[in-house]
Amino acid sequence: MSEALHYHFDVDGASFANAGRASVETKKLLRQLGVAPEVIRSISVAMYEGEINMVIHAHGGDADVYITEDTIIIILKDVGPGIRNVEEAMKEGFSTAPENIRALGFGAGMGLPNMKRYSDEMHIDTKVGVGTTIELWYHLKKN
Amino acid sequence: MLTVEKLAEKLGLAVIELPEPDREITGGYAGDLLSWVMGRARMGDAWVTIMSNMNVSAVAQLADVACVVFAEGVVPDKEALDRARMHGVNMLGSGKGIFELCADIASAMAEYAERD
Repeated sequence: MSEALHYHFDVDGASFANAGRASVETKKLLRQLGVAPEVIRSISVAMYEGEINMVIHAHGGDADVYITEDTIIIILKDVGPGIRNVEEAMKEGFSTAPENIRALGFGAGMGLPNMKRYSDEMHIDTKVGVGTTIELWYHLKKN
Repeated sequence: MLTVEKLAEKLGLAVIELPEPDREITGGYAGDLLSWVMGRARMGDAWVTIMSNMNVSAVAQLADVACVVFAEGVVPDKEALDRARMHGVNMLGSGKGIFELCADIASAMAEYAERD
């Protein structure tokens, strides 16, 4: 495996105005690198859901993107409250988001399911009171 | 090919932002819950919604829809517009309800599909 490209983004937990910045920047980068549009779209959506989760639940966090010739890995790390029941959180429609978040159009309980849907592999490492790290893996097809 | 500009012309939709007029519309989706939209809408869809905050622009851009069509006379707020301008998101508007608007878009798509 060749040397990985690495990009780091701070996910600002203060407001929704900046939510999506890391996803948007990553989308631009992947475009420049010539990654297939469908893959870019999947990564953008999954990463945005992750960013939104960090803003809603964890006061922000870190997003890291690693790119090699055949794999893209997104690591989203926060020191928020952790996920009490991952199995439950993975169910479509299950949400612990407050009402004001729902008024913005989020909190439909689709965040984690969408991240799973739009990644080849998803790994969740979470501990209540400590934080959550989610890895999203994408295996790129050779042309 | 049905482009966003042609759709706006054909249905008499208000042009709110049109940075990519030649973008092709290949499908449609209606909904206001943003994660549902991200999970279900496809690339190239015309997305009909009444949600008007800045997250709409982010979702439209990241999910790569062809355009957002605001129904019921909804107007996007300033942050949504700024963000749409910055990221090249097409935005149209209509006073019609979601159901009627979707039916109109579907018939325009069908008409153009026959022509192509």
